[in-house]
Amino acid sequence: MDAKYILQQALNALQLGSIYALIALGYTLVYGVLTMINFAHGDVFMVGAFLCFSAAVLLELPFVPALLFSMAGTALLGAAIERIAYKPLRRAPRVSAIITALGVGIFLESAMLALNPYPKSIPTLIDNVTWTFGGVTVSSLQLLIIALSLGLMLLLDFVVYRTKTGMAMRAISWDRALVPLMGVPVDRVVTLTFALGGALAGAAGTMYGLAYPVIDPYMGIMVGWKAFIAAVVGGIGNIRGAMIGAFILGGVEILVVAFLPSTYRDFVAFSLLLILLMFRPHGILGKTRAQKV
Amino acid sequence: MSEGEPILSIRNLGVHYGGITAVREVSFDIWPGEIVTLIGSNGAGKSSILKAVSGLVPCTGEIRFLGRDLKGLAADRIVGAGIAHVPEGRGIFGNLTVLENLALATWQRCDAKEVQADRERVFDLFPILRARGRQEAGTLSGGEQQMLAMGRALMTRGRLMLLDEPSMGLSPVLVREIFKILREINQAGTTLLLVEQNAHMALRIASRAYVLETGSITFAGSSAELLGNPKVRAAYLGT
Repeated sequence: MDAKYILQQALNALQLGSIYALIALGYTLVYGVLTMINFAHGDVFMVGAFLCFSAAVLLELPFVPALLFSMAGTALLGAAIERIAYKPLRRAPRVSAIITALGVGIFLESAMLALNPYPKSIPTLIDNVTWTFGGVTVSSLQLLIIALSLGLMLLLDFVVYRTKTGMAMRAISWDRALVPLMGVPVDRVVTLTFALGGALAGAAGTMYGLAYPVIDPYMGIMVGWKAFIAAVVGGIGNIRGAMIGAFILGGVEILVVAFLPSTYRDFVAFSLLLILLMFRPHGILGKTRAQKV
Repeated sequence: MSEGEPILSIRNLGVHYGGITAVREVSFDIWPGEIVTLIGSNGAGKSSILKAVSGLVPCTGEIRFLGRDLKGLAADRIVGAGIAHVPEGRGIFGNLTVLENLALATWQRCDAKEVQADRERVFDLFPILRARGRQEAGTLSGGEQQMLAMGRALMTRGRLMLLDEPSMGLSPVLVREIFKILREINQAGTTLLLVEQNAHMALRIASRAYVLETGSITFAGSSAELLGNPKVRAAYLGT
């Protein structure tokens, strides 16, 4: 175990954490505005990977248009899921919404399985150059994934904290019933939130498909759960918490694989969730909000 | 008092929650420039009337604002039509700063210069809000939150402002301050419909009042008439 090895693993952790973070943000955004957990979100990520595959193979698009194609597609998918499946249940018991979300997820997996019975591999869309700095190998793909994810996170942070739409999202998370009194069309902002979360999941799907060898209709399940854990660990509903949680989870997983048998990875990840929630039920940055007077 | 078209005209308003009737067959008019108050005890249906007007709860009957039927209009469109609602308990967004709370209320406006001028006007009315601009609204005191809620309503440029218990939970000094500012807001051209349990203060600034009991209007008249009515005095003024 030398410094080079640790540095190498840290890079891998950043890459994995970036992908988790992009997905975790979708969970946390939706939870923020609707206090609902969108369990279909991992499958939106999966659709994003397949959209990138279609763009690359069927439409023969280069990287940037393929990425945008995937993000636009999953944004639309996110918004459509909200309008068709969740909006009619806005006043229904919370359990109905959760079951519906699980159902939408299984629907997406099954539909994708019907369309793509065999695992696919996304062709290399970018020239993958690797550099070695004193024994640490860095690939251009790795750097691209990390840089692009950080860029998208900064962009989202800007949207949520610096724009009027973001202001409306945050107001909705405080008290949805009162937001219409500001003249804000709440339904439109909620749909937009799902679209934003969908776009980020599409980007994550694209990058995952480029970084890892195969994509299949069930790839979103475990990755989705992991991103969900990241969001909860960071404090669900909290944007910056989701990013922190994702990098912690990515780091923990890479450490486990580096020092323990790789089969311990998910065991440790889920143990982390359970232990952390015992001590901080609201996550790292989550707060118990004082009751309003 | 009743010259020209009413700004708000309510006919046979009913509000029902499941099987419970909160408001039944309520009709009244408000004319531009007035301050009208609805008084009544807890659960009399005062807040329900305001919520029906601003589209927060479904209702039966007819609500006309400046001659326009509000039926079927979503709450955010009603704000755009010119009705500002300062809800019970202030309803500020505690996770947003004071400035963000004020900015959110201008969602439907695209006159940036006018928005800025209006914000200055709000700060002139409530100087403490200027000092607290970048502070999260949840950290404000009750009185400051009430001021922010009123400031926010002004930012929507509503011609009619509905106020639900603005004096609730505030010290007598603050209540007097709030009511003084309400009068200033009215004199600057905004019509006010004020729901209050604090009938003393409400009748002092309102020209007319309606007394609401279990969802129906039981007494209507000028503030002077109500103040002179022994039954009203006994029930709502404690004298």
